Amino acid sequence: MLELKPADYKAEKNPDWCPGCGDFGILSALQMALFELKKDPSRTVVFSGIGCSAKTPHYLNVYGVHTLHGRVLPIAQGAKLAHPHLTVVAVGGDGDGLGIGAGHFVAAGRRNVDMLYILYDNEVYGLTKGQAGPTLGFGEKTKSLPKPNPQGRINPLLLAFAAGYTWIGRGYAYDVKGLKELIKEGILHRGLAFLHVLQPCPTYNDLHTKEWFAPRLYRLQEEGYDPYVPEGLSPEELDGKMALFQAKAAEWGERIPVGVFWRAEAPTFEERLQAYLPRYPGVYPALGQREALDLEGLLREFAL
Amino acid sequence: MQEFTWRVGGPQGGGIETAATLFARAVAKGGWWVATKREYHSNIMGRHSYLDVRLSRKPVGAFREKVDFLVALDGETLARHLGEVRPGGALLYDPRALDLTVHKLPMLDHRAAEALAERFGKLDPSLKEVLQAYVEAGVQPLPYPFEEVADRIGGELGVPSLQARRTLNTIAVAASLRLLDFPLEPLLEALAHQFRGKVLELNQEVAKAVYREEVPRLPSQLSLNGYEPGRVYLTGAQAAALGKLAGGLRFQTYYPISPATDESVYLEAHTAFQGADVAVVQTEDEIAAVTMAIGAALTGARAATATSGPGFSLMAEGMGFAGMLEAPLVVTLYQRGGPSTGLPTRTEQGDLQFALRGGHGEYPRLVLASGDIEDAFLDAQKALAWAWRYQTVVVHLLDKFLASMAQSLPKEALKPLSLNGERRFPGREGRPEPFPRYAMAPDGISPFAPLGTPGSFYWMTSDEHDEVGHITEDPVVREAQMEKRMQKLQTARKEIPQEDQYTLFRDGEVLVLGFGTVKGTLLEALESLPGVGYLHLRLLWPFPEIAPLLEGKRLVTVEHNYSGQLADLVQQETLQRVHHRVVKYNGRPITLDEAVEALRAVLTKEAPERLVLRKGV
Repeated sequence: MLELKPADYKAEKNPDWCPGCGDFGILSALQMALFELKKDPSRTVVFSGIGCSAKTPHYLNVYGVHTLHGRVLPIAQGAKLAHPHLTVVAVGGDGDGLGIGAGHFVAAGRRNVDMLYILYDNEVYGLTKGQAGPTLGFGEKTKSLPKPNPQGRINPLLLAFAAGYTWIGRGYAYDVKGLKELIKEGILHRGLAFLHVLQPCPTYNDLHTKEWFAPRLYRLQEEGYDPYVPEGLSPEELDGKMALFQAKAAEWGERIPVGVFWRAEAPTFEERLQAYLPRYPGVYPALGQREALDLEGLLREFAL
Repeated sequence: MQEFTWRVGGPQGGGIETAATLFARAVAKGGWWVATKREYHSNIMGRHSYLDVRLSRKPVGAFREKVDFLVALDGETLARHLGEVRPGGALLYDPRALDLTVHKLPMLDHRAAEALAERFGKLDPSLKEVLQAYVEAGVQPLPYPFEEVADRIGGELGVPSLQARRTLNTIAVAASLRLLDFPLEPLLEALAHQFRGKVLELNQEVAKAVYREEVPRLPSQLSLNGYEPGRVYLTGAQAAALGKLAGGLRFQTYYPISPATDESVYLEAHTAFQGADVAVVQTEDEIAAVTMAIGAALTGARAATATSGPGFSLMAEGMGFAGMLEAPLVVTLYQRGGPSTGLPTRTEQGDLQFALRGGHGEYPRLVLASGDIEDAFLDAQKALAWAWRYQTVVVHLLDKFLASMAQSLPKEALKPLSLNGERRFPGREGRPEPFPRYAMAPDGISPFAPLGTPGSFYWMTSDEHDEVGHITEDPVVREAQMEKRMQKLQTARKEIPQEDQYTLFRDGEVLVLGFGTVKGTLLEALESLPGVGYLHLRLLWPFPEIAPLLEGKRLVTVEHNYSGQLADLVQQETLQRVHHRVVKYNGRPITLDEAVEALRAVLTKEAPERLVLRKGV
């Protein structure tokens, strides 16, 4: 077993985020979580989309794949399915995941591939200088916008729930310790975990700042909220769970909850693949050709 | 008789595909070489569809303009195919269809109806008049009451009418073969290949009953041609899928689209075979299909996707990403009529220039095109091997014609190739260290360390990057990385054997150039065109060095698109003028007769610079 220190997970490269950016907190939390879970850097991959948040992999000493705007989820799922023994974390911003990548966000929920997706939500497109993101509310005007936002907001938690994510959580970028625990839980969850991170953008978002968030945030778990949804609940019990989830996921304004909102059990896509690939995941695509192809056998149905 | 074409037409979903398969298998069992072509609408049920089975004493891969025998399972087939049966040929039809008029045919296009109205000089000609026109053209009418026969045989066998009528396709094939004096036994075998259990029993009984009926004797007779074991009969899409399996495919993604889907569905159905553990994932769109395949390829899995038309447009971004990451990726492109949704179920070679150039920026990509079913099998293997050898994108071009065409061929033609040449970093012991994945290499090929390679890690990014994969905008590093990537094209051009780049089937003062599915048609056309040569291009990019072969020749391109995309490419890459562009873009494959006629016009110097071929139903 490798003996690695927390600093071993940190790359030499210095982040080029703005001073005070919420991304720093998420990076530290992710680095600490990988350390505490004793993840082998050569068996761990952090994928990202495009944007400020998407630079995260470059600052971590594990395999890093910085992909295309909005496409991080299909790429990460492809890697995880082809090599199911990798630890896969995908990260990206709100524009990346819920704007250009919204279709992939929804489709990923239908599959339940065993990985964690962290969405950095600062409500703006930072790298292109502050245009409205898909989580900025209707009528809201950050200092970077010439006019109030004419489009409405997506609720990432409700969307993830509707799509079928089996673990749904929310953290706060400046609460590194709390965030680290959520990341660990998301990685350990068997299935697709979605972690929504509230991440102030000190440069472009003057509405939802550190000062704005601080008095509003509270921990769900400290108020006795139980996110666990065991298998075999009666329809009435499940309705109750869903109603509670929905109320908490929609709560925004004076009080904003963080913590684990939903934790359910469902077959992972890897398990579903076994229905037609009986040797999976023992024999998995990344292993390559292990035995000669029975071409004769395949040609039998075409024989004249 | 040296060759024969049998056509069956009817409503989509009405069993005509089964009929064509049965006919083709039966005659192939009787020793004939066969090729089957399929024409259908973008529709599930009801619209007109037809298939041609051409048989020959030698291997065959082209189709005739006129057929020898037409089976019309409905009135619309009679109306649409008027003029398509050669004089002396035969027409098998249900006399009940004659009660209809052209305007009572619900699915007949307006234009086709009007053409018939004009031809007959009246608003709504009846199918009796249409039949008369066949007879006047020297076609022998063979009335055959399919449904009545089904009911009668069903009655004799004690089978309800509804069930008996499901055997109409068998009846049509049995009646055709009986009329052609072909023995029953091969048909019974073909049925045994197609059906199981009680359904098989019923169909075989029906075929035997049809053979007991008295029929007129036709002038054309179809004798046996000497059965040889070891032949197979399969479609282009199946051949490409098998080729992928033989090439070590382990991960395939797709989004449903015609005509590409057949390949992925075949793979989904055949994953339990030894050595064929392929994960097939149906994605939310083609953007996800291509990027998910890339994600898989990054782990070292041989990965591919398959698409057509609009799907390929959506993949342009992902392909550039693979080029930048130097990820091995195969995109199998089944071309169809464009632009936009275009002609979803008809053929075209309109994506050549897009396959060569589509996407922003520049990256090395290889483009190869398959000419027939054997090529499709071999090329699918080469595409995967080259993607891994050069760590880049390989586009494998096919088209709808080839995808849905079926051919008989010797089993040995489907030869597994042992291609390798991957340059891979095997990993190392100990503490993981950053690996210089994008290290400089004179041939452009740095060792690839798939995700999960022990003892290492590094970064990959769609941004320009340095040797370990960190983002850089440094002009010197940019130049070096760009040059390293693009060098792969030179390396590929040097390494890929000439016979995989092009084949000069015959030289001639008039030299025809083609790629993809014009191959079979042109090779057969050449038999009646002395003085005409044919150069078939297999590799389209990097473009082979063929300029010396073209000098001083009268050059002709033959292709399925409007502008002559191959002609443009040849001119650009060889600086030789293409004198004639033979093009076709109505979605129907070029027939042998059309090709011969066009090339004759070139030979007699009567041809214009641009010849548009317009035949087809």
